[in-house]
Amino acid sequence: MLTRRSWIGWQFTGPFLAVFALVFLAPIGYSAYLSLFRTRLVGGTAFVGLENYTKALSDPQFWDALSRVVIFLAVQVPIMLFLALLIALAIDSGRLYGAAFFRISVFLPYAVPAVVAALMWGFMYGTRIGLVGNLNEAFGVTLPDPLSPDLILTSIGNIVTWEFVGYNMIILYSGLRVVDTALYEAAAIDGAGQFRIIRAIKLPALRGPLVVATIFSIVGSFQLFNEPQILDTLAPNSITTYFTPNVYAYQLSFAGQQINYSATIALVMGVLTMVVAYLFQRRSLKGVA
Amino acid sequence: MMITRRRALLGAALSITLLAAGCGGGSDEPGTEQAAATTVSDADVQAALEAGGNITVWAWEPTLTKVVADFQTKYPKVKVNLVNSGQGNDAYIALQNAIQAGSGVPDVAQIEFYALPQFALAKTVTDLNTFGAASLDGSFTPGTWGAVRSGEAIHGLPMDSGPMALFYNKEVFDRHQLGVPATWAEYAAAAEKLHKADPKAYITNDVGDAGFTTSLIWQAGGKPYTVDGTDVGVNFGDAGTQKFTAQWQQMIDGKLLNPVPSWTDGWYQGLADGTIASLVLGAWMPANLESGVKAGNGKWRVAPMPQWDSGGKATSENGGSSIAIPEKATNKTLAYAFLKYATIEEGAQTRVDNGAFPASTKQLNDPEFLNKEFPYFGGQKVNEVLAASAGQVVPGWSYLPFQVYANSVFNDTAGKAYLGQGTLQDGLKSWQDASVKYGQEQGFTVK
Repeated sequence: MLTRRSWIGWQFTGPFLAVFALVFLAPIGYSAYLSLFRTRLVGGTAFVGLENYTKALSDPQFWDALSRVVIFLAVQVPIMLFLALLIALAIDSGRLYGAAFFRISVFLPYAVPAVVAALMWGFMYGTRIGLVGNLNEAFGVTLPDPLSPDLILTSIGNIVTWEFVGYNMIILYSGLRVVDTALYEAAAIDGAGQFRIIRAIKLPALRGPLVVATIFSIVGSFQLFNEPQILDTLAPNSITTYFTPNVYAYQLSFAGQQINYSATIALVMGVLTMVVAYLFQRRSLKGVA
Repeated sequence: MMITRRRALLGAALSITLLAAGCGGGSDEPGTEQAAATTVSDADVQAALEAGGNITVWAWEPTLTKVVADFQTKYPKVKVNLVNSGQGNDAYIALQNAIQAGSGVPDVAQIEFYALPQFALAKTVTDLNTFGAASLDGSFTPGTWGAVRSGEAIHGLPMDSGPMALFYNKEVFDRHQLGVPATWAEYAAAAEKLHKADPKAYITNDVGDAGFTTSLIWQAGGKPYTVDGTDVGVNFGDAGTQKFTAQWQQMIDGKLLNPVPSWTDGWYQGLADGTIASLVLGAWMPANLESGVKAGNGKWRVAPMPQWDSGGKATSENGGSSIAIPEKATNKTLAYAFLKYATIEEGAQTRVDNGAFPASTKQLNDPEFLNKEFPYFGGQKVNEVLAASAGQVVPGWSYLPFQVYANSVFNDTAGKAYLGQGTLQDGLKSWQDASVKYGQEQGFTVK
């Protein structure tokens, strides 16, 4: 009886497990395997144990890349989520004229592929033939170059915010939609104003969705790749080949043929992202279901 | 596992028969590559053509489409499968992947001169001495012939070349009464005069380009790279390099370079509206100007490359590519027949007729080629200037066996100088350091 039941269980989960192992575990396992070797142009492949990992930890370019995405995470993500929250609350307030149109137009940039978005913004940032250039010409001013090394991270933050504010807004907005309207009625009877309702009902209700949105944003920041990679053509001196960890891993494997070290960087970043996301989730959901 | 082992054995057997003499550092003459013995004669090649077969060619050079069609007409039993596997680095990634996987390796691959040493070093391209390619000495310009050889080994046949010349917008030059600069000092003076007269106009654009930089150092007589097998030297402190940095630093400091990266929309627009008044680039540029800058029709001209010493006649190469036979190719004899057809036989003429700039001396010396008038260039005999440049390329230049990587980090290091952070000489020093570090990591002996 017992054996048969466990057999049936395997039959049900088998297809999933097979696909999971093939597309999920196998690549990670293969990367882990690769990261233990070193292939050189002269001398071929050799087993080096954990040498690639110790190298990564003392690699200034890797740290440079990592600290850049951490800064990005610390600045861009709060701004984006705050904007998303404002918009979600505004739409949910029911006092917005053309709320449906507003909602879809804020969400629309998310439907634009990241590569296209980066190209589009790259054109706008151009001081010669771009929007910035046109503004300079029309008003006779010299705006700072958004593609200069000092501003490039801010400019990328702007693109990412534009792309994802609508997506996060939808997460938060759907969180607001499931709030029992009886609560609002009760609050109104108690004489609570809109801001009181936001503080006492809506924000607590949004705690879960905010955590989810933040975790997505943490992952997104650590994986920053498309935007810097595309803008590199327009601003080769502002975007280094180790601008973000992902750009660095790409450079290592495709320009440097250091596939083993690239796999190491990718794994380290993967583990780091998981740890940060997990710690954040545990901290912020403490006491919640 | 069994298959792999058998394939490895097969490969070993193959390389023993084909590379009887072997390449790479011999014990008595370390680092000097020796020629592989000739085991396939011209008669064998001819017989293979008559017997027929299939070959796969990976290339992006557009005129090859016509060459392939003609080749199949001439040899009806041979089927050529022409594949565009991407351009430049993309193509090398694809090729490297195929070679590593050991399957789907093409019989012929287009490889630029600067990338060829990387494949040669890994022994992933065939030494064409096997087919007696040494006898083709003299069929190609010395510059391109040097680019496909290391020691005695011949790793590919030169297909096109990029002897440098000055391309300038005559309309802009005339408007500001600029003479055609014969030296780099005159070029800088013209740059200053032009930018003063029209603050939007620049003599040229540059945000730091590895290929351009090395080409100018090459012309100035610098030899920053020394390669002897796996012994590699990188030194950007030599006199030739300093000649270049002194001049170019002046251009950077005077803000005389349009800070638009090449091959971007802004660049094409600058070339069209005259805010980029000239380019010093390889001989493949006319076709690009004609297709990319239609508004420049009739306005552009070609002049000899500006010189470092007045009255000098020294040029260098910029770009240019070869076609090579991967070591793991399946049909090498037919592949070699195609190589010859496309680079020195009828194919070479076909490519020239369709706008390519050849590496073969026969086409370069052909009066019809030299006298061709280009309407885009106001009827100028452009090829005359370019062919003259091809004959004046400074000999003895070599690229690093990992130039593809080195070029990819140029803007990380030397690029800073173009932003006004540090000097160009310092920038090249940190480029040197990055190249040395990579070389050492990859197992080279780096001086």
